[in-house]
Amino acid sequence: MREIQASKITETVARLCRHANYFLPEDVWRLIDSAYQNEKNPNARQILGQILENARAASKESALCQDTGIAEVFVRLGRDARVQGDLPAAVNEGVREGYSKGYLRNSVVSDPLERKNTGDNTPAYITTDIVPGDRIEITVMPKGGGTENASAVKMLVPAEGWEGVKNFVVETVKAKGVGACPPLIIGVGIGGSFNTVASLAKKAVLRGAGKPSQDASYASKEKELLDIINSTGIGPMGLCGGTTALWVAIEAAPCHIASLPAAVSVMCHSTRMKTEVI
Amino acid sequence: MTRNININELGKQAGALKAGEHVLVSGTLYTARDSAHKEIEELIKSGKKPPFELDGSVIYYCGPCPARPGEAIGPCGPTTSSRMDSFTPLLLSKGVRATIGKGPRSKEVADACRRYGAVYLAATGGIATLLAKKVKYAELVAFKELGPEAVYRLEVSDFPAVVAIDASGASVFDRDGK
Repeated sequence: MREIQASKITETVARLCRHANYFLPEDVWRLIDSAYQNEKNPNARQILGQILENARAASKESALCQDTGIAEVFVRLGRDARVQGDLPAAVNEGVREGYSKGYLRNSVVSDPLERKNTGDNTPAYITTDIVPGDRIEITVMPKGGGTENASAVKMLVPAEGWEGVKNFVVETVKAKGVGACPPLIIGVGIGGSFNTVASLAKKAVLRGAGKPSQDASYASKEKELLDIINSTGIGPMGLCGGTTALWVAIEAAPCHIASLPAAVSVMCHSTRMKTEVI
Repeated sequence: MTRNININELGKQAGALKAGEHVLVSGTLYTARDSAHKEIEELIKSGKKPPFELDGSVIYYCGPCPARPGEAIGPCGPTTSSRMDSFTPLLLSKGVRATIGKGPRSKEVADACRRYGAVYLAATGGIATLLAKKVKYAELVAFKELGPEAVYRLEVSDFPAVVAIDASGASVFDRDGK
C-alpha cells in the first residue's frame, strides 16, 4: 500500500484548476490552428483567429473564458494507493483554493431553484474510478454552463441502431450547439444505462483531442459524424462557415437487450483539461 | 469593413447598422445576466426604480472573473443571450438601445428590436482575456450579493462585435445555417 496525504491531493487539484483554465491544451490548439488554416469563410476565419489570439494572451496566466466552469474532477485511484484523509474533501479544498487564488469565477449555486452562489465554486463534480497500480491520476476539466446546456441524453430503442444515434447527435448539435461556442468538440456515449451513458460521453474526450477510437468501426463513425456536422454550415459562433466541430469521440459500452442509450456531451472550442499523476 | 460606433449615441446610428456588419464598440455598457435580469424585472413590475437608467442604456450579458490587482476587470466574454430572451422585450420597451451577448435569439426579441429601434450585437464567446483588454474601467453598480452575476458599469473601447439583429429585425442567424 502506498500512502498519499490528503494535503498532496488538495495542492495538486488547486494547481490543476488554475492551469486548466489558463492554458489551452496543445492538442486542442492544434485542431483550432488546422481549422484556421483550412477555413474558407472569411468571417469564420476571423473568429478562429480571435480564439488563437486569446489562447496566446491567456497563457500569461489569465482565464481563457470567464466561464471557468464547475470543476469536473476525474480521479483514477490505484487500488494499491491509500489516501490518508478524506478524498472528496481534499478535492473540494483544492477547488476552493485554486479558484480563489487563481482569480477564477465562482459559478456554482447551492440550490437549483433558490440559486444562491456558494462563493467558492464548490462542490466539484467528482468521478472516482478504481484502477490497477498505486498511483492517483487526477484530471480537472472546467465545464462551462453553455456546454452543459447543449448536452443531451436519449433512450433509443435497438431497432433505431446507428442511424438513430447519428440523427440524435446531429439534431442535438443543430438545435443547441450554437450556445456551446462552436467549433465544438463532441463526446458521444452509446450503450450503458440512463445514468452511465452521460458519463461515457463526457469521458470520451479524455483520450486526447483528435485521437480516433481504437475500434476501427467507431473511428469511421466518428469521421462520419464530424463530416455531417461540418456540412451543416453552422460555423464558429453560429455565424456560418465550414468549421462547426473540431473532433468527435465515441465510447461504447454493453447495454440491456431492450435499450440503446445515447448521450452527447458538447464541449466548446476551448475544451480545457489538465491531468497530473501523484 | 468594420464600423466604429459610440454605443451611447446609438439612438442616432441604430438605423444605419445592418445585420452582418462588423463593429468596434466604445462607450458605456452595463453587465447583467440571468439573476440580475430577474431582479430588474421584479423591480420594474413592482413599480420600483431599476439600478441604472434603462433609457438609452446598453446591456452586456456577462459575468466576469474577479479582477487581479491593477486590472479594471477579469476575463469577461459574452454569455448565451437566448437565456435572457424572455426579459428583453420589456427592457427594450423601457429604452434599452442595444444588447450584447452570443448566439441567436427568439423571434420575439427580433420583433422587439424592430418595434423599439434597438439592435443586438454578437461578440465571440470564449475569448474572455482578449475582451477584458477592451474594458478601460469597471464599477460595481448593484446586486453585489449575486457575485459574478452582479451589475457592473463598464467603459469599453473598440470592443469587437457583429450586428446580429438590426433595428429592422433582420438577423444574421436567419440563414438556416447557410
